[in-house]
Amino acid sequence: MADIRVMREDLLPPKQPPRRHLLSVADLTRHDVERLLATARSFERSLEREVKKLPTLRGRTVVNLFFESSTRTSSSFELAAKRLSADTMSVKSSGSSVDKGESLKDTALTLGAYDPDVIVIRHPHIGAPQLVARLTQSHIVNAGDGKHQHPTQALLDLYTIREALGRIEGLHVAIVGDVLHSRVARSDIQALTLMGARVTLVGPPALIPRGIEAMGCERTTEIDAIRAADVVYVLRMQRERMQEGANYVPSLREYAARWGVTPERLRPGQKVMHPGPMNRGVEIDPRVADAQEALIETQVRSGLVVRMAVLYDLLTRGPVAVESVVPLQVA
Amino acid sequence: MLAARQRHSDSLVVTGARALDPVEGLDSQVDVRVDDGVIAAIGTALPRNEHRVVDGAGLTLAPAFVDPHVHLRTPGREDEETVATGTAAAAAGGYCAILAMPNTDPVVDSAAVLGSLLDQAKAEAEVPVGFLASITKRQAGGELTEMGELADEGAVAFTDDGRPVVAPALMWRALQYASITGRRLAVHCEDPTLSRGGHMHEGMVSAELGIGGWPSIAESVMVERDLALAAYEEQPLHLLHLSARESVEALERARAAGVRATAEATPHHLVLTDEAVRSLDPNVKMNPPLGTEHDRQALLAALRTGAISCIATDHAPHARHEKEVPFEEAPFGVTGLETAFPALYTHLVEPGVLTLETLLERMSAGPAAAYGLERPRVAVGAPANFVLLDTNASWRVTERGFRSRSANSWLLGKTLTGRVRLTVAAGRVVHES
Repeated sequence: MADIRVMREDLLPPKQPPRRHLLSVADLTRHDVERLLATARSFERSLEREVKKLPTLRGRTVVNLFFESSTRTSSSFELAAKRLSADTMSVKSSGSSVDKGESLKDTALTLGAYDPDVIVIRHPHIGAPQLVARLTQSHIVNAGDGKHQHPTQALLDLYTIREALGRIEGLHVAIVGDVLHSRVARSDIQALTLMGARVTLVGPPALIPRGIEAMGCERTTEIDAIRAADVVYVLRMQRERMQEGANYVPSLREYAARWGVTPERLRPGQKVMHPGPMNRGVEIDPRVADAQEALIETQVRSGLVVRMAVLYDLLTRGPVAVESVVPLQVA
Repeated sequence: MLAARQRHSDSLVVTGARALDPVEGLDSQVDVRVDDGVIAAIGTALPRNEHRVVDGAGLTLAPAFVDPHVHLRTPGREDEETVATGTAAAAAGGYCAILAMPNTDPVVDSAAVLGSLLDQAKAEAEVPVGFLASITKRQAGGELTEMGELADEGAVAFTDDGRPVVAPALMWRALQYASITGRRLAVHCEDPTLSRGGHMHEGMVSAELGIGGWPSIAESVMVERDLALAAYEEQPLHLLHLSARESVEALERARAAGVRATAEATPHHLVLTDEAVRSLDPNVKMNPPLGTEHDRQALLAALRTGAISCIATDHAPHARHEKEVPFEEAPFGVTGLETAFPALYTHLVEPGVLTLETLLERMSAGPAAAYGLERPRVAVGAPANFVLLDTNASWRVTERGFRSRSANSWLLGKTLTGRVRLTVAAGRVVHES
């Protein structure tokens, strides 16, 4: 089958759409990332002052719409908006009309009717942020959609790495664990390769998806491979996403024994990251989590300034990045 | 076995069209005269007998299409499609006969349900429609339906389409028993333990998007199993909506070994690949999922050789609100009756991937033969079942343009070349545009 034809152009997804939202790392250029990281850095300095609040987004409204549980992301978006003097409102799926079976479309139309400037959305399914983007006039920030994307996590990870190691380009990052179910892994692979880092995925065969090398990374099942990395990025074993009887791994016990990140498997001084929440004793040894070299708390602090930068960039410079806002064509 | 609303037959003369019936070996610019629903004369400067005259200059007159795979959603989901709207859509798409699948609510698993559908077709079907009955009661995969009685009542064939027959022993018994009816089994090949949690083809695109992967082997291992059972029982078998290269290879091996297997492919699997899912548009979510370019090329190659002899739309209407959700929440399936010919003409014939002759044959003679239906032909003495195609017309697919009750088309907003100007089904003009 040598003769492979490419599909006709008009059947491919639209390219180079107008810029309005932050939906996926894939929409960002290196220049966008540099600008956002620089903005985050200037916000970090401002937080060293006694009065931490900036008037920048006074009069703006940011809605946090969370269809999945979250501590880190929802609290840091809320605090980021407040530090910039925006009004914030949080809507969670439990306790809202979503409990009564309201569709995402109707929830989006309802919140959109208040004309918020930004809607930050987390949803268990891919494409929910795109759907809300088509249905409202707001800037949309994807705070995690299914197993697809979590772009602000990727940005805060880049920020953390650069602050700790002084650069990203040329670094080698090992991402360890359940890549299959991880939007963090997908976003980080794209973000790290965009910035010139080398990425190696390490984990059990069934949890490293077939075909993922096409994203520009390497894969191995050997945990010893993490020794060669500058940064070891540990993913959470997402028990809630494991289908019953799917047998991705025989047991968490066996997973921890083979792929758990322990002090013995690391080189001294190796930087360790984790997006949280951690399963101590499963994917990460508590001694690693609490060690000096761990950047896990730094990640949380970076999350605040990076999200401030994203909100600021969206609302003042025109959009960071993006996807087409063609009228909804589903029927 | 097929039923439609009975009305008068039409008489007309189509002048100056390119009459093209590849199976009959006909390809010439002639007049075609229909007297009372029967093709009475083909030739130049025919007497018009005071019939209505349709100017066919610049158009192609070909055998009307046969769709072996349609979901009419009736009974149960008449909000999505009815016998009347589904057959009107078929008429607009150039079809003179369609076959409806039994995965309705209730399932077409008894003579009573089948009989009432046939009555409904006699009252409201615009083009002749045949019904398949299920292989197992309620399509639950437990007990066989009363195939003898269902065949006597008029079931065209048997299928659990939408679901596989999971247990090998049950599929084996079904093949044995169906032999007494003279009707074949049509199988939806999917191993549910392999496809579980899948929303799109497992490969590079699913890995990147993080959408649950559905591996090709979910289809091909079931294809291999059912072909082995059919070979063992020496029974014919029809494979529904093939999508994977491995399945095509299994089909070709079985046919070479003498198994009487036929197969179909859909327009969307022949045109799109899993790259289209990057749009996250629920209208590119189908079962089986869109494959890779390798899969698409294998389907096209088999379509050219005839190993895949049928193009089937798998027309699957869905309510608007059910598709207006994130990709993974959306149901599988897209509509296709009204866009099949233009989509394939635009994406396969115009670029030179497939000849017009092959396309016409796979949309008409192929499906008719697979189910033992009368082949639509452009020949003197044959019942008038033909289309007039305008292969120069280009048009934009819009939500409002459909006769179908649903508009979940993967072609919304796209511009296509090729339009059905006239459909004559069972001797009657059923569509003009």
